[in-house]
Amino acid sequence: MRRVRWGWVLVAAIPALFIGYFFVYPLVRILSLGLSELDIRSTGVEARLLKVGWFTLWQASVSTALTLLVAAPMTWAVSNFEFRGRRLATALVTVPFVLPTVVVGTAFVALGWRDSIVAILAAHVFFNVAVVVRTVGTLWSRLDPNLHDAARVLGASEWKVFRTVTLPLLRPAIAAAASIVFLFTFTSFGVVLILGGFQFATLEVEIYRQAVDLFDLPLAAVLAMVQLAGVTGALYAYSRFQERHTATWALRSDQDRVRPVGATRFLAIGSVTVTLIALAIPLAVLVGRSLGTDSYRGLLESDRVVGIPIASVGNSMLFAVIAMLLATSIGLMAAAVITGREGGLARWFDLTLMLPLGTSAVTIGFGFIVALGWPVDLRASFWLIPIAHALVAVPFVVRSTVPTLRSIPGEIREAAAVLGASPGRVWREIDLPVVARAALVGAGFAFVVSLGEFGATSFIARPNTATVPVMIFRLLSRPGPASFGMAMALSVVLAAVTAGVVMWIDRARAGEIGRF
Amino acid sequence: MLSTEQLGVSLDNKVILHDTDLTVADEEIVAVLGPSGSGKTTLLRAIAGLVPVASGDIKWDGVSVVDIPVHQRGFGLMFQGFALFPHLDVAGNVGFGLRMTGTDPDLVGTEVSAALDWVGLGGFESRRIDDLSGGERQRVALARTLAPRPKLVMLDEPLGSLDRHLRERLVVDTRALLTGRKVTGLVVTHDREEAVLLSDRLALMREGTIVQTGTLEEILAHPADAWVTDFLA
Repeated sequence: MRRVRWGWVLVAAIPALFIGYFFVYPLVRILSLGLSELDIRSTGVEARLLKVGWFTLWQASVSTALTLLVAAPMTWAVSNFEFRGRRLATALVTVPFVLPTVVVGTAFVALGWRDSIVAILAAHVFFNVAVVVRTVGTLWSRLDPNLHDAARVLGASEWKVFRTVTLPLLRPAIAAAASIVFLFTFTSFGVVLILGGFQFATLEVEIYRQAVDLFDLPLAAVLAMVQLAGVTGALYAYSRFQERHTATWALRSDQDRVRPVGATRFLAIGSVTVTLIALAIPLAVLVGRSLGTDSYRGLLESDRVVGIPIASVGNSMLFAVIAMLLATSIGLMAAAVITGREGGLARWFDLTLMLPLGTSAVTIGFGFIVALGWPVDLRASFWLIPIAHALVAVPFVVRSTVPTLRSIPGEIREAAAVLGASPGRVWREIDLPVVARAALVGAGFAFVVSLGEFGATSFIARPNTATVPVMIFRLLSRPGPASFGMAMALSVVLAAVTAGVVMWIDRARAGEIGRF
Repeated sequence: MLSTEQLGVSLDNKVILHDTDLTVADEEIVAVLGPSGSGKTTLLRAIAGLVPVASGDIKWDGVSVVDIPVHQRGFGLMFQGFALFPHLDVAGNVGFGLRMTGTDPDLVGTEVSAALDWVGLGGFESRRIDDLSGGERQRVALARTLAPRPKLVMLDEPLGSLDRHLRERLVVDTRALLTGRKVTGLVVTHDREEAVLLSDRLALMREGTIVQTGTLEEILAHPADAWVTDFLA
């Protein structure tokens, strides 16, 4: 007979209850609200849905295609050639991706590109170029060069080799990158809210406007359902590509990159330089415009409407620390369940805990407002913000720690058990010391996610609990050059803090030891 | 004294062990000898408590141990791949079992040094596992198994992963150590020579059950069937 291990039950129950009450239950409430609404007034809803849904789909597709095009030259250069500054260039291209979306939006406002579709598309490309360079570049640099050479010997021109050998082999990475970019732009909120003005709204922005500005919760619920369906579709496509098209047989550990010569050298270095300069312009302009008219001093002064802007930094830090602690402990418990048990429960956990990552942040925030009045009314609670952040951050902790825990051979734990360690003690003596560093990296991610989170927070933040992104948005929404300058200044502060933490994570990851 | 009575183990609905009867007297060393896939390792894992028993019983001094969880059985098992803890140094590995049983921390150090002396690795306390040679790892694993003085010592292919030259040297050392410490032991191997050198008595295993026990001479004199004669030839 199998003994019930109450310790394990508890370890599994805490993340399950967390995800159940703060994620699944609100989603169910949104669904029931939306379905009841569909019955009542289907005609008006349809027209609205079609307009917003079409724009969301259209801008996501165009953004994705543009991102692939813009990123292609640099991806080609950094994956095939070795030149001075190649590593630095790959690191720099990642900077826009780690910036909070509100900062990205503000940077394009600084350029004077507000209220236009061009601004939205440009900001999406700016934000996502790194996804393509990193995802496609990793595969491209590992393609076996013998395949290229073999095709050349068989009589193919360079162009023909690219079209008939390289491109088909890269297809899984391109598809994966495209699905990620599509997912990000389909659920784009901060960027569209700031740059889209009143004309352009994605489903995310429309959910927010219907719920927060117009208090039409049922319509918002219908929109959230459409949003969920779209996200699920994109995630499904992504996982299908991941499963089916992994061409491991054509890979080498890392191809020896050649030094480019002649025209190739000009093209390679030129494409990297142009891409990096283009990415640097919005940020440089943002910093430049933050420096004018006492913007930074203004952050310290009390304002009748928004309070003291710099106080939002204190709020953000406090929420980030709480969210980090919550996400790390819950994420570690979940990782223990996922790696500790074979079969159904582990798989179910793995899948369910990833869902908040795919679900739009706005839906999470909206769900809190709709559902968390029961059994106690949590909707005005201080804790709601860090909980929402933790919900989005838990997948990062799980993804950081599960591979390390999986790399511990079962025999190691068995050896500890035979030597007298109880199951809890095995976790403390074997798993915990090994996973500690990976957990720290996950905690860093959780901190950054919390700092930049805007979608969910915009629903649940109160006047006195505004985080930095919420404060930036409030400042941007007010007329006048003073508020505008302060929004720029606060964006620079947020970008600097985020970049600092990300650099620390990168160093911690580089030194990550203890994998078996 | 260890005894298994009609022991049966099934994994994933597949019978791995059935009707396995085996006894190991106090201070006796028995070698379980058989071809790959005959269930030798599963037998050790069942006795250690790492796999559930489907039928029959495992007894220590006449008392069933099947309901005692693995960490409370007080048996020692040396894994085939050694399963050393890579995040701990040599002393951390060898002292692990002692710490689990709540031994006084001061005493752990003394006991670890003593155990390392038994295996000829005195002074290796602060070495990293990554820096050890194959033979040194084998001896650290042996010291780790012996240090908590388990009532039964089980060794799974203790020399299996080492090269031939090293095996010939270590087989003699290992036997001397086990006998010197008056260990009750169960050794699993697929190598006839190693089995004979390491043990007092052989238990031949085939297709999930013990087919014959005795010394090599006894078995050769009265083989249970033609397979036994073939296998030992």
